[in-house]
Formats: sequence, structure tokens, C-alpha cells
Amino acid sequence: MFEVSLGHYLTLGAIIFTIGVIGIFLNRKNVIVILMSIELILLAVNINLVSFSIFLQDLSGQIFTLFILTVAAAEAAIGLAIIVVYYRNAGTIRVEEIENLKG
Amino acid sequence: MLAHAIFFYFFSFVAIISAIMVTVSKNTVHSVFFLILDFISISCLFIMIGAEFLGMIMLIVYVGAVAVLFLFVVMMLNVAQQKNQWFKSTDTSTHIPIGLIVSLIIFFELIIVIGGWKYKPDIIKNFSDSLISNSTNTHTIGSVLYTEYIHLFQISGMILLVAMIGAIVLTFRKREGVKRQNYFSQISREKNQGVELVEVKSNEGVKIDV
Repeated sequence: MFEVSLGHYLTLGAIIFTIGVIGIFLNRKNVIVILMSIELILLAVNINLVSFSIFLQDLSGQIFTLFILTVAAAEAAIGLAIIVVYYRNAGTIRVEEIENLKG
Repeated sequence: MLAHAIFFYFFSFVAIISAIMVTVSKNTVHSVFFLILDFISISCLFIMIGAEFLGMIMLIVYVGAVAVLFLFVVMMLNVAQQKNQWFKSTDTSTHIPIGLIVSLIIFFELIIVIGGWKYKPDIIKNFSDSLISNSTNTHTIGSVLYTEYIHLFQISGMILLVAMIGAIVLTFRKREGVKRQNYFSQISREKNQGVELVEVKSNEGVKIDV
């Protein structure tokens, strides 16, 4: 209980990952919250990689986390730009009203 | 060890609560603030576990750049006051229970994987020689990142460049009625377009057509 092991960190990562997935599925608000849920999922992946890297004494996980951080920043920038353009064209970014693709 | 456990539980509790609040918060600005709190607590966990460089980088990149970007977009788009409509959708949509089921299945699969990991502890002994022990975390990452992973490092720089150009191109728009410089016509202007030499006769003057 009082010894924090690898399993604790992996469980934390699993919980945050699941919260992110739930946030994507159950969102009734705007698309920005979906982007934030994607950031949560990437954060959970980062937790897993860093904790494996520390507990296995292997540095590759931390290097990979750096690249995930890069890709997450790029993805956030592009996603927010797309949202801004969509809001300019359609006037709304509510999830229920985005139905051009009839998905 | 006890202090480590207490700090771990505190930071992970804050992280989970704020992650929940990101998804259920009524106001989108509050969601962004809880996202910032989540990133801060996770980076505290990273610093505590021994990956201090990544913790600091996460503070800089996520809290300093990404979350502020989110805040700007939320404020710019005037969507902050949209009310949340959790579990009381107007139409009878079936995606909420399906989403819950899928999420719970994913969670239990991850937990099963973690439980299975505990029963194979001897796999840890196969690694354990690539981390230089008597130098700091930042030093070690630097000595590996710029030598072995230099191509990936440069490719990630290209990804950032492409993302920047893409964001600019996506949000750029030409407005009507705005006077701006046209650099090409400005630079390619020649002497005979700008200056006209007129031979002026005495006592007659010259007629200039404007």
C-alpha cells in the first residue's frame, strides 16, 4: 500500500485514459472539449511511457515522450485552427449541430 | 517512502479529479483551467518519480503554450457560456450507453493488462544498463537525444514547422476593402513606369494628364 510501484502509475494512466475516452464519447458541448479529451489521452500515454522508463531504467521512453509532446502540440495547433475556420464558416461548433457529414 | 506514497496519492487524486472536471464542467473556460491543473499535477508526479526534465518540459509546453492556445480560442469563439447537456439529450440517442460501455471495457482491459504485468516481474532484469546513474536526468537525455535520436529530433522540428504553416494557412483570410501593400508590384516597379521625362518648350508650359 505504501510502496508506490509501477502498477500504481499504470493504474493512474489507465484511469486518465478512460476519462479521456468517456469525454470523447459523452460530449454534448463543443468540439474544444473533445480536443482537450484527446490531450488527456496523450497525457495518460505519457504517464505510462515515463513510468516504464523509470522503473525499467531505460531512457527510450522519456525520449519517446518528448516526441509525443511535440506531436501533441502540433495537433492542438492544427485542431484549433480547423475549429476556428469551422466556426467562421458555420457559426457554431456544438457537437450536435455539426452534421455536414451526417455522421 | 511514506512521504513518497502520500505525495503520489495526493497528486494522482488531484489529477483524476481535475480530469473528470475537464469533461463534466459546464463552462469551457473552467475545463481549460482544470486541464491546466491536471497537467501541473502530472508534471509534479514526473518530477517526483525522477524524470524532472520531462516534468519541466510538460509545464512549459502544455501549460505555457497549449492551454493558453485553448484559452485564446475559447475566448475568441464566444462559446464559453454554452450550457452543458450531460445525459439529457433532446433526441433519443443511443450513443451515451454505448460510449459508457466501450469506455468501461477499455478500462477493465487496461487493468487486466496491469494485473498481468505484476505476475511477470523478471522481465525487468533484462534492461537496467542503459541509464547512466551518476549524472542528472537532463544530462542523460541530452547525451542521448542529440546523438542517437538526432534524426527523430529534426523530424519533430519539421513537424512543428509544418503545423505552424498549416495553422497560418488555415486561418488566413483575405478581407475585402482593406488596403495593403503588394510587395511584388512594389518591388517590380521600374523607372520608366514611375518617372516620365517631358521636354518643356519655352513660353508654352506643359500639359499634364492626370
